[in-house]
Amino acid sequence: MQLDQLYQEIILDHYKHPHGRGLRDADDPGDRVAEAHHVNPTCGDEVTVRVATDGDVLRDVSYDGMGCSISQASASVLHELLVGRGAGEAFVVHEAFVELMSGRGQVTPDEDVLGDGVAFAGVARYPARVKCALLPWMAFKDAAARAGVGVSPEVKA
Amino acid sequence: MTTIAIPPGMPQYDDVPRYDVAKVRADFPILDREVNGHRLVYLDSANTSHKPRQVLDVLAEHYAMHNANVSRSVHTLGTEATEAYEGARAKLAAFINAPSVDEVVFTKNSTEAINIVAYAFSNASLRPDADPRFRLGPGDEVVISEMEHHSNIVPWQLLCERTGATLRWFPVTDSGRLDESGLEDLVTERTKIVSLVHMSNILGTVNATSRITQRVREVGALLLLDCSQSVPHMPMDVVDFDADFIVFTGHKMCGPTGVGVLWGRAELLAAMPPVLGGGSMIETVSMARSTFAAPPARFEAGTPPIAEAVALGAAVDYLTGIGMRAIQWHEKELTAYALDALGSVPGLRIFGPAVPVGRGGTISFALGDIHPHDVGQVLDSLGVQVRVGHHCAKPVCTRFGVPAMTRASFYLYTTTGEIDALVAGLEQVRKVFD
Repeated sequence: MQLDQLYQEIILDHYKHPHGRGLRDADDPGDRVAEAHHVNPTCGDEVTVRVATDGDVLRDVSYDGMGCSISQASASVLHELLVGRGAGEAFVVHEAFVELMSGRGQVTPDEDVLGDGVAFAGVARYPARVKCALLPWMAFKDAAARAGVGVSPEVKA
Repeated sequence: MTTIAIPPGMPQYDDVPRYDVAKVRADFPILDREVNGHRLVYLDSANTSHKPRQVLDVLAEHYAMHNANVSRSVHTLGTEATEAYEGARAKLAAFINAPSVDEVVFTKNSTEAINIVAYAFSNASLRPDADPRFRLGPGDEVVISEMEHHSNIVPWQLLCERTGATLRWFPVTDSGRLDESGLEDLVTERTKIVSLVHMSNILGTVNATSRITQRVREVGALLLLDCSQSVPHMPMDVVDFDADFIVFTGHKMCGPTGVGVLWGRAELLAAMPPVLGGGSMIETVSMARSTFAAPPARFEAGTPPIAEAVALGAAVDYLTGIGMRAIQWHEKELTAYALDALGSVPGLRIFGPAVPVGRGGTISFALGDIHPHDVGQVLDSLGVQVRVGHHCAKPVCTRFGVPAMTRASFYLYTTTGEIDALVAGLEQVRKVFD
């Protein structure tokens, strides 16, 4: 059934049991902390992503939001993939996820880079849902930039 | 469905006009198609309706045989096109019982129609010699409601920003009705216009307007009714409703996209300054200044949606042939059936009136905590097309504390079998997400 491509077990699992949900203060008062709030105006989904960094490493990527299973699971995967990563490394992952979502289902994801993010390959076949999956990733990009760490190239969903 | 016995001597259910739904469905080619391997179940007619062959044929025939620009050509094709376009205007006027054909202004859609009125206020406010009914400034008030579509909120917000007037609104009750308890305080001598939705596109509520109309007359304000969701589904008589303006759009009433209607009292349209300037809307033009045509031409600058208007005329013929009273009854019965059926789904919460009285066949709901996008996606995989999101009525979502809703909406071709398919689909949604 087509629907299974969209709602993979991994996505439903992240949706029902989100990892690292909730906005957190930085453990180290010396960390730079910034956040970004993004909304999807067509459906009202919202997510806030907060980044805590010492300038090199993403010490924490916390989030809160409300929305559909795709957007909320995507935030959970984002958290899982990026916490503790070096900024440069994080943006390789970011770029890979954006590329996957922009690929209309033609991109084969690299599990070594994207981890559970590969489950979103099916979402890329549903143009109406790509923005849901990208919502937390775009918020992350803004939050990271505000926290003073580099950003990956602009992508149109 | 709940059956209520009607005492003898009163009008019985069998007295209402009816039509053969299967026969009507055969007129709509799209209803034969499949979606994701399932028979199409289209429950999104409040978004846009489908078009019967009778309308599609007229649209194609116009381009194939009568294509020319209107109101400017002496040649035969131009005359035919003009006659078809003006003929459509006459059909629309009769459909809403407009006292004069010239009270029907063709627009792009309801949104443009509301904006024409709002900008007429704006333009009048800049001209000291303009009709005082259209002049707005600080201290003046515009009244809308919390259940408006964004198209009946944003133009008035912008107008108030430009003129310094104040925007006020009727609240919505918990059951999704218009809260008229503050009517006397809300609509006052300061009110210049009340712009109100006739039937809510999200709650399905059909507003009773007579008390408001009476108050509007008492204070000398104007009344605009947004009939985008009502004119397609029930008989409309602008004289009986005693409105000053109504707006509606073609694509929700079996017509094409790109054409809508602003109806206004002749005397008011005549008092309104133009909004869009250009060809066709002028009386005479010199390099220094211009004078303007009488309505409706004054508000139809540029080449209008000719073929679309002609096809909308065909849609009106089609709907009239079936009977608006019969369509209204068909949808009332569907709504009663759907409210009952949806009530049987565990965890389902209906937003808006829970009884099929003072409401139309548009039902928004939440299924537990499952996001409407997910509901709509699973339903789509079963061929069931519903609308999800905020329905361009974010304040209503906020009012009911949700970011989005799922909406099923019906029309003359909808069947109880399709409502059953929706209910079965919702079971499937629960299986995926529970």
